[in-house]
Amino acid sequence: MPNSLFEEKLNSNGFLVTTEVGPPKGTDIAEMVHHIDSFKDKVDAVNVTDHQSSVMRFPSLGGCLLVKERGGEPILQMTCRDRNRLALQSDLLLAYSRGITNVLSLTGDSIDVGDNKEAKPVFDLDSVQLLKMMKTIESGADMGGNPLKGAPKFCIGASVHPEADLIEPQLIKFEKKVAAGAQFFQTQGIFDLASLRRFMQYASQFRTKILAGIIVLASARMAKYMNDNVPGITVPQATIDELASAEKGKGLQKGIEIAARMIKTIKEENLCHGVHIMAVGNERVVPNILEAAQLDGGHH
Amino acid sequence: MIVAEQKPLDEIRRMLGPYERVLIVGCGTCMTVCNAGGEREVSFLHSALRLAQAKSGDGAHAFSEYTVKRQCDPEFLDALAEKVGDVDAVLSLGCGIGVQAIAERLANVPVVPGVNTSFMGMAKELGVWDERCAACGDCRLEETGGICAITRCTKAILNGPCAGTKNGKCEANKDMDCGWILIYKRLEQLRQLDKMRRYYPARNFRAIPRPRRIVVNKGSIANAGEGNA
Repeated sequence: MPNSLFEEKLNSNGFLVTTEVGPPKGTDIAEMVHHIDSFKDKVDAVNVTDHQSSVMRFPSLGGCLLVKERGGEPILQMTCRDRNRLALQSDLLLAYSRGITNVLSLTGDSIDVGDNKEAKPVFDLDSVQLLKMMKTIESGADMGGNPLKGAPKFCIGASVHPEADLIEPQLIKFEKKVAAGAQFFQTQGIFDLASLRRFMQYASQFRTKILAGIIVLASARMAKYMNDNVPGITVPQATIDELASAEKGKGLQKGIEIAARMIKTIKEENLCHGVHIMAVGNERVVPNILEAAQLDGGHH
Repeated sequence: MIVAEQKPLDEIRRMLGPYERVLIVGCGTCMTVCNAGGEREVSFLHSALRLAQAKSGDGAHAFSEYTVKRQCDPEFLDALAEKVGDVDAVLSLGCGIGVQAIAERLANVPVVPGVNTSFMGMAKELGVWDERCAACGDCRLEETGGICAITRCTKAILNGPCAGTKNGKCEANKDMDCGWILIYKRLEQLRQLDKMRRYYPARNFRAIPRPRRIVVNKGSIANAGEGNA
């Protein structure tokens, strides 16, 4: 029995498509619900981000409940930044009890890049230890070795950075994540398909599924801003130039075009097992990207 | 050694507000080396306080000064206890430990801190100190090539770098080296990358119950609970 609908799809040989939604800063969830409704039936799963860029927001778990309510398949993004092991384990029990069984383990961005800069960074666990912890509670005991009355089962994912400027240390960590049980990876943003090809030559030896992270850029300015301010992102000059070539007011259109082109190539050349579309603040265009990449059939 | 920074003069003056006779006490060890609270800084601060007082027309305070060899050691506080006389407060330029050692020694005299104790570090160049040890009580430097992941990585994570590292720098501060890239490069140089490939389990924070106590003849760390008077 698969632990989730998404796990079932992971185990099939189809091209996987996931995307993500960033919860609102506040209680007004109307826009998030609108976004979820617009793509939930066109993708295999929807990630809900966990205080992305350390900006305090509506919680990931709450967003996943909404995805579930709307009939979608959620992936709970879980960072180690804000909760110690008691809180992380407890949130996972809640998630499982509500049918949220796909979890993406992340370290979490630094508090310093966020909007509550005086907060205490927790990092009681790291992203590899969080994967191990999920396996531990699945076995029916908590991290303290105490028995659980009812154990969860998850489909477990993690992240990897194929475009890191020094790749070896990232690959060492990737292998630890595979060994810890990561069934799928959603990569950090890929901008150069050559780096994805290189990474897959190496990664295909492991029994795990790789979804290439596709970030939708809205302008050359946004790309430069992300290079300077968003951890783990380096948009190459060629992409910035292409965005800059767009007519005034057509930057996002160009971004959609670039994203769709990359997705099509990845699928046609079978470069990896799927894509994870990150529209970072432009979630409304996810259906357009799917359409432009000819992925809007709902079955890949 | 312990590194500290002197508090701003205004903050020190605010804390001393209620006290008329104040003894400024320096520390001859770490605080002297890091220029935060040695004999020289006591003398400078004494002058600065008097000057500020004269300028503001508030002449209520009488300052005196004294520097002990080590504020954290009761042995050196005997002479201080005799010196205190009838002062209304002590302004300690010792680290947080010095302030508390004096407070424990002087039952009836308030002690206020004159420095912010910052970290344990080493001198990098003249006037520059870098944090190097978090005193976590569970040293893993053998595993990480002599570079501390707890201190040098802003997230203190144990299984390798996060994805935020760029150009060898940290996502939290582009001028700061990524601790895990330093560790990787050093282990590579030492041909010990196998150490980085190992899985390191979650830290055991029970290894360091606070406040800690070291009893040297037993060679162990015990929780300083009862009998800690």
